[in-house]
Amino acid sequence: MNMHAQPQRTLAETALIDAFGERLSLLPGDGAVMVKRDDAIEAIKHGLPTRRIESWHYTDLRRLLTKVPAFEAGAVVKALAPVLEGSAVLPVLNGVSNAKVPEIEGVTVQRLSEKLIDGSVAPGLDPYGDDDAIGALNTAFVADGYFVDIADGAELEKPIELQNLQAGGQSHVRLLTRVGAGAKAVIVERQAGENDEALVSSVSQLVVGDGAEVTWLIVQEQPDTATHLAQFKAHVGKDAKLTLFVMNAGGGLVRQEVVVRTTGQGADFKLRGINLLAGDTHTDTTMVLDHAVPHTTSTEVMRNVVTGKARGVFQGRINVHQYAQKTNAKMACNTLLLSDDGEFSTKPELEIFADDVVCGHGATVTEIDHNHLFYLMARGIDEKTARGLLVKAFVAEVIEELDDEALVEALEARLDEWFLTHG
Amino acid sequence: MLEIKNLHARIVDDGTEIIRGLDLTVKAGEVAAIMGPNGSGKSTLSYILAGREDYEVTEGDILYNGQSILEMDPAERATAGIFLAFQYPMEIPGVATMEFLKVAMNEQRKARGEEPLKVPEFLKRVKEAAASLSMDINMLKRPLNVGFSGGEKKRAEILQMKLLEPKLCVLDETDSGLDIDALKIVSEGVNALRSPDRAIVVITHYQRLLEHIVPDSVHVLYKGQVIKSGDKSLAFDLEANGYAGVIGEAA
Repeated sequence: MNMHAQPQRTLAETALIDAFGERLSLLPGDGAVMVKRDDAIEAIKHGLPTRRIESWHYTDLRRLLTKVPAFEAGAVVKALAPVLEGSAVLPVLNGVSNAKVPEIEGVTVQRLSEKLIDGSVAPGLDPYGDDDAIGALNTAFVADGYFVDIADGAELEKPIELQNLQAGGQSHVRLLTRVGAGAKAVIVERQAGENDEALVSSVSQLVVGDGAEVTWLIVQEQPDTATHLAQFKAHVGKDAKLTLFVMNAGGGLVRQEVVVRTTGQGADFKLRGINLLAGDTHTDTTMVLDHAVPHTTSTEVMRNVVTGKARGVFQGRINVHQYAQKTNAKMACNTLLLSDDGEFSTKPELEIFADDVVCGHGATVTEIDHNHLFYLMARGIDEKTARGLLVKAFVAEVIEELDDEALVEALEARLDEWFLTHG
Repeated sequence: MLEIKNLHARIVDDGTEIIRGLDLTVKAGEVAAIMGPNGSGKSTLSYILAGREDYEVTEGDILYNGQSILEMDPAERATAGIFLAFQYPMEIPGVATMEFLKVAMNEQRKARGEEPLKVPEFLKRVKEAAASLSMDINMLKRPLNVGFSGGEKKRAEILQMKLLEPKLCVLDETDSGLDIDALKIVSEGVNALRSPDRAIVVITHYQRLLEHIVPDSVHVLYKGQVIKSGDKSLAFDLEANGYAGVIGEAA
């Protein structure tokens, strides 16, 4: 029994709870799935998280989520040309997956709605902690997405691009991927939409099998009218490598959670993130990384550019479990603050229970280096162009580290696109 | 080409006056050497010519081809043909050297009303200039000056100078950090740029560089003033007798 007096529900909370009642009969899945949905909406009934909840301190969702649009999209939306040329595209358009999926050698693709109906995904719908508001929202309403299974040993020639696109309204999507032992894959998760009010929740769950190598790129380019609540959860197996690249270049209210666990010795995780923040927006990247077994490594580098009245957050929590000896983890968060009205909050947290580990973190906030600016201008490059070059350089450093020409070029093109509209 | 008249300048931050009534004239086609002990204002002078905002001119003027440049920002001065080879070239991570060279060359062309260079022509020019300075072209694939040795940075400065073809070149202690072979290569690079319509100002602490880049005039800077001017023999005097004699004369 909860003895606390419930504060009055916000408009958004009421809208979500009412919507659940109305949508219930339309949502796929019964039995086991339904139980999870009921639990999830109960969590929402207890109220969206506020700044008093530690993990939501800088993103008071209860206060910030002011609008919940109706479910229906405002218009039809079409799949986009992929970020990486030649990718196999799996689109989710206005919350609905494609019945016809492309044939990809070594890969089995299933619509998530089918897996909700047969109940096989029910165990994965549990939240990961007490404050998992995004998980709860998604579990309550998830209707579709994809399940992608990459066979053991398959080395994909072409990248796979999962596109989650909407033209307003609500969409709640799950993207499940299993990468078999020894397999290799590049996967793009594209999150974008038309310029209309939207509420999107998107949960990606990835299992990287032993010895597999995965590069996962999240390219988030929502319009400022969209609320984008996303989660990326992964398990990284023995001797497996996961590189997660997150580019936030849009969205009005954005929270991208990254929840990763190393599950086998020799696992390596890299997080590289770019936040390009403009306008009157709020973008939060929150990572919880568990080094759960001995001999695993991780590095996290975030580069943020803040303009206008934008607010950004990075919370990076690394838990090193007691028996996870020889963990090596390094985290850095660097911010270029280009306006007096912008702000960025960084909160690194290391919780270390093992005694033989190397862990470090660092955070910087800087302006453009005026020595660098002078040097470029002294070669005849005008001030505006020189500033643009330096800002781009600041974030491009993280991209170039990817060490794959096609990836670097494609991501730099996305960067240029952002600078063209926001520079 | 360059006329500095009774120049007074101070550091903006703390108001320290560094340049105290400096006069200097350099004609087109001339190579002028500026020498002087540490702290005499040599590097400050080079920064002021390039338009660095950390310094403020309080009196006097700098004329370039008869026009005052004091109101021009560094980019405007550069496109007008003034080039500073830095004593300590900046490392700029994330800015690809090739990209930087292309932007700089084309910005300058744009300011002069010329079409941007086509890629093959740009590459050809860079390759030729790099070869003439014995530079490995692969170095230019790295971010600007990042991981370059001291000598490589200085070569990269001269490379930029060759590509941008300025009219007034200011070399700030280009010899520092160079071994004798590199000094020769860099000096040859500079000498190749000598021409009747170009002036070169060589700032140096030692006479060594002037054996390779033989100056037409030598000026001794002390406490922010030119206290003595002469021909190249002045440099040999200084090497033999130190600055004390010249400073004593002026005092």
